[in-house]
Amino acid sequence: MGSNISKDKRIRIIIGHYGSGKTEFAVNYALALSKLGKHVSLCDLDIVNPYFRSREKADMLEAAGITVISGARRHQANLDIPMISAAILGPLQQPEEQVILDVGGDSVGARVLARYHPNLNEGDYDMFCVINANREQTQDVQGVLSHIKAIEATAGLKVTGLINNTHMLRETTIEDVMRGQALSEEVSKILEIPVKYISTLTSVAAQLEDSLAGEIFPIRMVMREDWM
Amino acid sequence: MAKILMKGNEAIGAAAIKAGCKYFFGYPITPQNEVPEYMSRELPKNGGVFLQAESEVAAINMVYGASGCGARVMTSSSSPGIALKQEGITYIAGAELPCVIVNIVRGGPGLGGIQPAQSDYNQVTRGGGNGDYKLLVLAPANLQEMVDLMQEAFDAADYYRNPVMLVGDGMIGQMMEPVEFREIKTKYTLSEKTWATTGTKGQRPHNIINSLFLDPAQLEEHNHKLQKKYDDMKANEVRYESVGVEDADIVLVAYGTTSRIVRNAIATLKEEGIKAGLIRPISLWPFPMAAFDAIPETCKAIVSVEMSMGQMIDDIKIASNGRWAVDFYGRSGGMIPTPDGIVAKVKEIMGGVK
Repeated sequence: MGSNISKDKRIRIIIGHYGSGKTEFAVNYALALSKLGKHVSLCDLDIVNPYFRSREKADMLEAAGITVISGARRHQANLDIPMISAAILGPLQQPEEQVILDVGGDSVGARVLARYHPNLNEGDYDMFCVINANREQTQDVQGVLSHIKAIEATAGLKVTGLINNTHMLRETTIEDVMRGQALSEEVSKILEIPVKYISTLTSVAAQLEDSLAGEIFPIRMVMREDWM
Repeated sequence: MAKILMKGNEAIGAAAIKAGCKYFFGYPITPQNEVPEYMSRELPKNGGVFLQAESEVAAINMVYGASGCGARVMTSSSSPGIALKQEGITYIAGAELPCVIVNIVRGGPGLGGIQPAQSDYNQVTRGGGNGDYKLLVLAPANLQEMVDLMQEAFDAADYYRNPVMLVGDGMIGQMMEPVEFREIKTKYTLSEKTWATTGTKGQRPHNIINSLFLDPAQLEEHNHKLQKKYDDMKANEVRYESVGVEDADIVLVAYGTTSRIVRNAIATLKEEGIKAGLIRPISLWPFPMAAFDAIPETCKAIVSVEMSMGQMIDDIKIASNGRWAVDFYGRSGGMIPTPDGIVAKVKEIMGGVK
């Protein structure tokens, strides 16, 4: 489970169309990486969404030994101000620190990344694009490509891997994942970047064949409360 | 059409366009910003007009104008923004114009916060504007219900020539859920808008859209006419869901996403031998008074569960008419009730029972 995550580049930038499940993936990834004994800094760069940001789960993540960095006034949920803590520069500049940048959705959310361009050297980061084929704008190749293009142009960085996170929340089926897989593999072929992970609920992951492109990365829903 | 995963505010926009909305006037406010964002992108593609006004007051008055011209029109905002719109809303009700107003509620009073709340219950059911007017107020508990109610909201607005308000706590706007856009068969017979200011072409007298009456007797007559309309709504527009009320030890009343948290609490209570029923108002006005008649005399209490300091509790007391004790459990300011908190409150009320 998550066996290759320690082989990814030190800085993992998680981008994609908003609502694709970037934060669920980022939080699960941070927890899995932390379990491997690495010190992880999860940086919540989402200045677009007011709800469902990784900072909401800061207590749980910090209890797991993960450093959570978000707004300049810590993890306040009621502030509608697009500000980011200067502390993010710390982990970006520490060569031993494992860093996950949980970026806001679309190219609007990715605008934040341009600020950190001088700290993101080629070869030192992976930029993973999270894909959910059940989202209105990323149901086909053209949709995914246009989002990747817009985000790359805004951030000035290249996507290095794809994450198939196609889901329908608790109603997710194998068919959902496989449809997303076909889409991700097609995008992978066109852009010549690998499908790195197939991120899906543990119960669905158990039913997937191992031969698929990308590593199966089972997740649990952290951001969504049980009653939702 | 297959299910897709949408964010609440996007689904609101998509459902409105599908329901024939051609004009949207609004002003940004969290947590409903994705509604104008979606409309600005999608409405022009569908032959409509999106316009960001200079304020909420301007936006609602643009709605007044477009509706007077016979257009299907919508605005959306969140609590303090809805407060700003109240003058326009009472004018629209007074002038008998149809429109849909979406309110994605956040914590208050004042600027409050941006996290979810239900503290606009009084604002939306009691008016906030002046005079004897009412809105049809619909409060969905999930995105599919929101999408389905949107068509009915536009149809009911046209049918009654009255504003309809769709209310969701911030969570309804921000959460993602699978939705399907299905054909909703309208229950309303809609006639041509012969009252609209569409140009006389020299063929008929001018239509006048107005809420000013110089003669008190005429204004009273107008009020009687409006009242008749509100009585029709009370007879025909009550919507609610009722679960396990008939043999309940205790009944919880909750709407919107709070009702979903209550359902989890009810499941836990069942495991512990307490039969808790649920009344979920879908129409906040007209309030489902009759739903309470199914509650047995032996029911120990009715509890209003709200994301506010207790506003719906007054309607529950009216509906109970002294038949049961009425209690309250709520969180406010953007804090969300937990199933555990609700369970603890119920146990406290039930005292030593079981």
